[in-house]
Amino acid sequence: MTTYFTDQHEWIKVEGGIATVGITAHAAEQLGDVVFVELPAIGKALTKSGEAAVVESVKAASDVYAPVSGEVTEANDTIVGEPAKVNEDPEGAGWFFKLKLTNESELSGLMDKAAYDAFVASGG
Amino acid sequence: MSMNNQGRPTNIVAGGTDAIVTYTGHRGLMQEEGLSFDRGRSGKWGVDLPEPKNKADRLGGVRRKGEIGLPELSEPEVVRHFVRLSQKNYSIDTGLFPLGSCTMKHNPRLNEKVARFPGFGDIHPLQPQETVQGAWALIDRLAHWLKTLTGMPAVALSPKAGAHGELCGLMAIKAAIEARGEIRRRILVPESAHGTNPATAALIGYTVDTVPATTRGRVDLAALKAKLGPDVAAVMVTNPNTCGLFEDEVLGIADAIHGAGGYFYCDGANYNAIVGRVRPGDLGVDAMHINLHKTFSTPHGGGGPGAGPVVFSEALAPYVPVPFVVAGADGFTNIEQEEDAPAGARPFGRMTAFHGQMGMFTRAMAYMMSHGSDGLRQVAEDAVLNANYILANLKDVMSAPFGDTGPCMHEALFDDEFLKGTGVTTLDFAKALIDEGYHPMTVYFPLVVHGAMLVEPTETESKETLDRFIHAMRSLAAEAKAGNTQGTNRFGGAPYLSPRSRLDETAAARKPVLKWTPPAPKQAAE
Repeated sequence: MTTYFTDQHEWIKVEGGIATVGITAHAAEQLGDVVFVELPAIGKALTKSGEAAVVESVKAASDVYAPVSGEVTEANDTIVGEPAKVNEDPEGAGWFFKLKLTNESELSGLMDKAAYDAFVASGG
Repeated sequence: MSMNNQGRPTNIVAGGTDAIVTYTGHRGLMQEEGLSFDRGRSGKWGVDLPEPKNKADRLGGVRRKGEIGLPELSEPEVVRHFVRLSQKNYSIDTGLFPLGSCTMKHNPRLNEKVARFPGFGDIHPLQPQETVQGAWALIDRLAHWLKTLTGMPAVALSPKAGAHGELCGLMAIKAAIEARGEIRRRILVPESAHGTNPATAALIGYTVDTVPATTRGRVDLAALKAKLGPDVAAVMVTNPNTCGLFEDEVLGIADAIHGAGGYFYCDGANYNAIVGRVRPGDLGVDAMHINLHKTFSTPHGGGGPGAGPVVFSEALAPYVPVPFVVAGADGFTNIEQEEDAPAGARPFGRMTAFHGQMGMFTRAMAYMMSHGSDGLRQVAEDAVLNANYILANLKDVMSAPFGDTGPCMHEALFDDEFLKGTGVTTLDFAKALIDEGYHPMTVYFPLVVHGAMLVEPTETESKETLDRFIHAMRSLAAEAKAGNTQGTNRFGGAPYLSPRSRLDETAAARKPVLKWTPPAPKQAAE
């Protein structure tokens, strides 16, 4: 299982053609306390870099983008009821949605952990 | 202690007041005020009315089953309740209101007097037109001056606020594009634009495409050009932008969007920085809203309704929505219906019932006439001068991300770089400012800088007022950096001296309490 990262601070874990997507720990920290999450409907077709979900903190509302194209197979309703979960465990229990990939080659354009950490350190 | 023979002390006794918690909850003459629901008691009346004589049921047997739950209070209790609440309000009449991008300037009393003249204040939009010719004349005069000041040939006065004006402008752009037989779906919005711009574009179905900012806090012209194409309807540029900077490549932006067949929408919320100095028409702008409640001093922010007239270029002038006033030999006529519009006009529709905020039109007109054209020019100059005075006096102790790119316009932008490592956040800093007696500046906006603090002093504040504010800001900045030398944490839980201390914003958003619940269930009435 490999985890990739985007320059819009999403992470994506791929396992057997299904990807789990969430926001990074850095993004969750920058947002502050998350108070509202809106997730895509199951079955919705997302295109790479298109708007997929909405996350709102006391500071700001942000769009969450689809790191790659795919069809939504599952949404994490737990974080809709308990947005605090996003802050508690952003890269685990605080995942947003799962995607069935339509074009696996899009993954090659994403960052790995080391590259993302360097990106954040450089002020990204 | 020296006593006079009445036992009354005449000197001031030294004593600690830090930790006094009063028995009543009041803090001196600052009265604690609960909910009227909590204060009410069944059977209390404000007025003594006779028993109604005819109590026949006229509701066809429909009867109320429970109490409606309104508080029952005496008249003095009601009066005190609302007066006490009003005394907790901070307003432009209380003190400096440095909210950036909001232009909280003084509302001249002359404007208020003019707005209350019976000929303006006591008329109704449904009166016969010949009885309200004075009002139409004022609207026509206001339209003339807005067009003259902006160098634009047409204006729609009816939009009721800035974002409503944006909507009006984009709807005219959409109508113009459709009239050309084209469909364009994308609108470019720079990061330095006001937040309402992308919302407006999305509201009428456009896809919003964000244009990044340069390190100078301005629109990245090269990036904008790269995004242009045959599906771009317009670019929305806020100028001066929300970093308080003039978009100095505005002519290039206008050329680029026009070259691609799109229109140039300018967010004119910050027009107060350039009124009388720059005519947006000369910059290639096709549509721009003007906030009368900012540039032309009409009350807002709870004090009064907004008004957001939109000026249009030659290209968009035919699409100006109804209603509008037309001058003729027999006086003024208000064109209400699209089919009554003069030849050549193709109004896209209507934005509001009636003609807009008449009370704001009279105030704005009074403001323009009392200033004159030279005075309006000075408004812009003084607004910019005051903001630069703030910037110059604070940038050595705070951090101004664009402070080295030259002077700012009407507002000064700071970030939280100067707070790095202090443990104090922008929010703490703003809350501590409340304890110093000021409404905080705009915080965490614009998003292009980290921990933003945006200060707009406006031209109506005196140097002495600004000096006192600067003293408060410098003192807080020094204390934040010194790290709590006074042994008091004035930032962490601030504000301490306000009627309510720091609110839990997270809990309020996650578990909002939107309804008052009575302490004990009351018995249902028959």
